[in-house]
Amino acid sequence: MPGSPAEPAPRRLRRGGPWWTYALTGPLLLFLLASFIGPVMMMLSRGVTNPELPEAWPQTAAALRQWEGGSPPPDSTARSLATEIDASARAGTLSRVANRLNYDVVGSRSLVYRTAAQLRQGAAVASFADLVRIDGRWQDRQIWAAMRHAATPATSFYLWAALDRRVDADGAIAPVAPAQAVFVDILLRTFTISAVVALLCALLGYPLAYFLATIPRRRANLMLILVLLPFWTSALVRTTAWVVLLQREGVVNNLLLSIGLIDAPLALIYNRLGVYIAMTHVLLPFLVLPLYGVMKGIGRDEMRAASSLGASPLRAFLRVYFPQTLPGLSAGMIIIFTLSLGYYITPAIVGGGADQMVSGSIAFYTNQSLNWGMAAALSLLLMLPLAMMVFAGRYLTRAVPA
Amino acid sequence: MRLNRREWMAGALTASLLGASGCRGGASERPLTIVGWGGSSQEAHRHAYWESFTRTTGIPLQEDSWHGGLGIIRTKVLGGDTSWDIVQVETEDLILGCEEGLFEPLEWSSLGGRESFIPTAVHDCGVGAMLWSYLIGYDGDRIGGEGPRNWADFWDRARFPGRRGMRRTPKYSLEIALMADGVPTTQVYTTLRSPTGIERAFAKLEALKPDVIWWSSISQVPDLLGSGEVAMSVTSPGRLIVANRTERRNFKVSWDGNIYAVDYWVILRNSPHKSEAQQLIRYMTRPENQMRLPQFIPTGLTNRRAQELIDPRLRLDTPSDPRNMTNALELDANFWVEYGDQLTQRFNAWLSR
Repeated sequence: MPGSPAEPAPRRLRRGGPWWTYALTGPLLLFLLASFIGPVMMMLSRGVTNPELPEAWPQTAAALRQWEGGSPPPDSTARSLATEIDASARAGTLSRVANRLNYDVVGSRSLVYRTAAQLRQGAAVASFADLVRIDGRWQDRQIWAAMRHAATPATSFYLWAALDRRVDADGAIAPVAPAQAVFVDILLRTFTISAVVALLCALLGYPLAYFLATIPRRRANLMLILVLLPFWTSALVRTTAWVVLLQREGVVNNLLLSIGLIDAPLALIYNRLGVYIAMTHVLLPFLVLPLYGVMKGIGRDEMRAASSLGASPLRAFLRVYFPQTLPGLSAGMIIIFTLSLGYYITPAIVGGGADQMVSGSIAFYTNQSLNWGMAAALSLLLMLPLAMMVFAGRYLTRAVPA
Repeated sequence: MRLNRREWMAGALTASLLGASGCRGGASERPLTIVGWGGSSQEAHRHAYWESFTRTTGIPLQEDSWHGGLGIIRTKVLGGDTSWDIVQVETEDLILGCEEGLFEPLEWSSLGGRESFIPTAVHDCGVGAMLWSYLIGYDGDRIGGEGPRNWADFWDRARFPGRRGMRRTPKYSLEIALMADGVPTTQVYTTLRSPTGIERAFAKLEALKPDVIWWSSISQVPDLLGSGEVAMSVTSPGRLIVANRTERRNFKVSWDGNIYAVDYWVILRNSPHKSEAQQLIRYMTRPENQMRLPQFIPTGLTNRRAQELIDPRLRLDTPSDPRNMTNALELDANFWVEYGDQLTQRFNAWLSR
């Protein structure tokens, strides 16, 4: 963690050595650039770029950029569209542009493919009316608006879609139909779950870290291994273990039923509660470790001094001890919040329908539907608060009271 | 030792060249690599084909597994990663991947011609590896007597109390809802292509929603059924029947109105082992070899002759047996390629409410 108290001032004094000491990090930087930063940037750029239509249908794209929209497109545009659909179908490049249009107006894919098949069989297109004769859907303003929006090199289409908005045929930005609006909800839910998990980890982890910091080093080491144990188990196994414990006829419910605390099994899993329990368990070590490190560095004498000066134990804790643990606490909570944002396998297994997180949607668009533009736009929206957290983290961890 | 700039640059360059050439050397020397779906399915393929292929041809084989998703293949082919040769893919992946040129066209003449296979199993870029289905599964120890017979029974919580397991995707769920609502199998996708049909499917799902546990991985289903978490579930029969054979469970399945699809073998466009890959696919789809697969996993076969050769006792458990095909619905992958994004978005919005 930059600027944390574990990195004392002497480091700064060492700055400005011979130039080649920096060059030693060159291979690492190159490696990071080539294997991480470059690919991530390339992927994210797909959220704002629009290469499909201009690449497959260059002349149509140029014509569409000239056209103002509104009235039916000129016959020359229809002609060049037909020529280029046919050419790209023969060249095998029709797929990406057909899918790109389908993201905007569902059904465009089959429209483009059907038109291509008709053209291959010899249908001639001299005018807009000919195109409509091949398939009546070419009359629809929506499809032409979608094509016009897809003809520019850069686009805000995916970002708006990730905010449940779309640019309609008149160029205005409007909310999508209520039945389709989902991403704002999922994004807010992702932040809520991450924040609650970070808070739960803090509530559970703080006493634990304090306990570890007060017992003798040998016993503390043993206990730390127990804390770390979940790290060495696969996330899937840990999550599945929670299923066994929390399900209807699971260990917890049976125990509570047998001692008569409850009359009917509680719904502990396949809902938000299950997500909080499983994620808090998985992420707890990330809070305990930094906090333990900070607490180990706090001298006992300061608390004794506070008591001898007349502070009650609570007051001594709140005024003297707690502020000194803040860097460790905030570092741990930020790590947990950040890691939580990317979770989706755990919610997928122990959550219900309304507990899925945004990474699940990103994985769907990346792997299943190959809509990488949408995946990139959602990732961009996820990264904004992440960047804010990182900066907040730098500030918080630095703010050590004197 | 102090390095000057030129020495350092030369060193870095040499190191990176060595690294790059090392990678390339490794890729061409690695054995033919085949990628399956892991778990009991992968094991079955290993016993049925892969072990004997290496034994008879001497061609070493390396295995990998995946959980589907064409994105991985697109990344590999676009990024120049040549670590996979043959992959088992689902129909949507086959359609999109073939259109994008991610797969190598197959030499059908060497596979015995297109007519040796069931029509669904034949595609320019892929040949059917097996036929699988989604249907109703339940635990015979918990539902005694007559169990659910069709999707209408799946909705009937008066006769069959308890919760239901369904896959957390609009795919399968919407088709099932329409069948439960009385739409004949021949009309399911025509209905779904209209806005009113989609409304109808969601309305039917709405009725069951409070009692549904949505699973995300098929491996959850035996546990959900076995622990009584759900009374019945949408499932593929394979894992349940394997559990009956190996763990003496009493899972039962009801085939009426099952949704079936074929998984395909494809060769990746950038495979460095294309001829060996073609040879392995030829080996796996020959009738005398393919007929061995149902011994290890109850799955339907794609080679017509292999279907005739299956042991009659095993055939009862395979989706391709005619008795299991009443009211069966073939998954329309083209529908899902076109409507998948929109309906998944709507489905997730609906789940959140």
